[in-house]
Amino acid sequence: MNDRKHAIESLGQMLRIRRLEERCAELYTQTKIRGFLHLCNGEEAVSVGVVQSLGPEDAIVATYREHGHALVRGISARAIMAELYGKQEGCSRGRGGSMHLFDAKTRFYGGNAIVGGGMPIAVGLALADKMRRLARVTCCFFGDGAVAEGEFHECLNLAALWRLPVLFVCENNLYAMGTRLDLAQSTTDVAKKAAAYAMAAEAVDGMDVLAVEASAQRAVASIRAGAGPFFLECKTYRFRAHSMYDPELYRNKAEVEEWKKRDPISNLVKSLQISEADLAPMERDIAQELDDAIGCAEAGTWEPVSDLERFVYSEGRRP
Amino acid sequence: MITLTYRDALRESIREAMRKDERVFLMGEDVGRYGGCFAVSKGLLEEFGPERIRDTPMSESAFVGAGIGAALGGMKPIVEIMTVNFSLLALDQIMNNAATFLHMSGGQFNVPVVIRMATGGGRQVAAQHSHSLEGWFAHIPGIRVLAPATLEDARGMLATALDDPDPVLIFENASLYNLKGQLPEHAGAVDIDRARVRRSGRDVTMITYGAMLWRCFEAAEALAKDGVEAEVIDLRTLRPLDDATFLDSIRRTHRALIVDEAWRSGGISAEVSARIQEGAFYDLDGPVERLCGAEVPTPYPKHLEDASFPQAAAIVAAAQSMVPVHG
Repeated sequence: MNDRKHAIESLGQMLRIRRLEERCAELYTQTKIRGFLHLCNGEEAVSVGVVQSLGPEDAIVATYREHGHALVRGISARAIMAELYGKQEGCSRGRGGSMHLFDAKTRFYGGNAIVGGGMPIAVGLALADKMRRLARVTCCFFGDGAVAEGEFHECLNLAALWRLPVLFVCENNLYAMGTRLDLAQSTTDVAKKAAAYAMAAEAVDGMDVLAVEASAQRAVASIRAGAGPFFLECKTYRFRAHSMYDPELYRNKAEVEEWKKRDPISNLVKSLQISEADLAPMERDIAQELDDAIGCAEAGTWEPVSDLERFVYSEGRRP
Repeated sequence: MITLTYRDALRESIREAMRKDERVFLMGEDVGRYGGCFAVSKGLLEEFGPERIRDTPMSESAFVGAGIGAALGGMKPIVEIMTVNFSLLALDQIMNNAATFLHMSGGQFNVPVVIRMATGGGRQVAAQHSHSLEGWFAHIPGIRVLAPATLEDARGMLATALDDPDPVLIFENASLYNLKGQLPEHAGAVDIDRARVRRSGRDVTMITYGAMLWRCFEAAEALAKDGVEAEVIDLRTLRPLDDATFLDSIRRTHRALIVDEAWRSGGISAEVSARIQEGAFYDLDGPVERLCGAEVPTPYPKHLEDASFPQAAAIVAAAQSMVPVHG
């Protein structure tokens, strides 16, 4: 059955993300990864469901919690892990780290670490496509925190006004860092805000990869048909802290446990009736992939200090 | 030769760029139907249509960021921010995105966007509309900062900026839009890397840019009547700063006077001064002098506003105090 096969593939992608994030947490405690590290455990269904709905010609603008989007998009675990190590084999030459994964080949425009700051970039990429008559979609991820930023409103208005091919994906995990949505928003119905800009909008269970994918496919089809931007609110939850510095004083454990019952991975395993024996080879392949990635990152090299000032400006420009 | 204004020169440069390259388009507040707040883009909507002369909502961050995104997407956008005062609403996009993408992505994503804006005071428009923040922007690695002061540069800098693979900010001093003069009919691209000696003189080097260039000319003429010959240097590009040109001049005149309408503390004048100490300390016959904007929010009434910016008389007095009396 194709549907079942696809669901299992989606499960595999979510597992890849989950295991990657778990390895990242370990490597962080070993101080192999430094700086800020924002993990997306719990939110895998959004990355997988949305990114799988895009074509290779489309673009992605993501946030600082973007390991999952990058991995599903096709940036190799090796290139991601080397980047987290700060090695020059990383997808951004090691210069960006966890928050700034970039990849020209897959049209992955960051890894943007100013909340809301990637949104105008996405609008501009879509404007370029529209002006160049290219039927491409720009997918813009952001969290519920961005909804409070002025850029959110400016960008929704501009994209709707100019009917630009942008897929806005709000990963609503209920907390802007440590501030709960209802303490930050006068109205917590995020999709409704998009509707106010006369934009097609939908809210979906972000813990259900198949539901996310179905919505994202509808959205992408609508955008590609020329109907203008589409807003997808994915209601999700992060199982881990905001970052590795976060003591999680703002939410109680019971709430986290309640959401863990909605784990997109274990629930899909259950609904597909996948046995431990079926899962084992999948887990083995992922472990191998990650072992290999970590090995490559360990063996990776530091960019020479003499290159520090390279790429402040483009090379090869006349003096 | 043709007679035209600074405004006309800018318009011609935009028109020429848009005719040459389909990827070039202009967007900003009131650039289309209104014709541009300072009438720079007047008539361009009629010639190029609303796709390429795009009126934007008052959303500086969104449309400046959209310019950055469109540049990443293969276009060559010219983004007009009505004045530098409003650029603060787009500072995040300029500083965190335009200036960082190439380096942060390990050389993968350059941003060929051009952002133009009016700058400067002296028009009695008070504290929120009189800023000169080009020196601030010149603090940021990853962008180029241009300040055309002449018709030649108003006509020629844009073409070179559009050819540049990286973000270029162009600061047009609003008091220059009506400046009138002559240019060759086929005036075109100019370099955006070097400062220029605009007036030669042996006694003192005046280092300036933008509207203050003309104030320095005025002062230099007055000084010449007293036998003091000022060399006047137009910086033209505030980042990267061409220090070779002013250091070379100071090695000849041994005196440096920096004239900048922006605030003194932490401004571009401070940077120029530091570079002089670093590069020509032993060539100086006296301390580097600076004439800058008074460190106040610019007031509305004319007498107070005049007192806020360097005037020709003050430049003359400063230069005279630096130069020993001639035989």
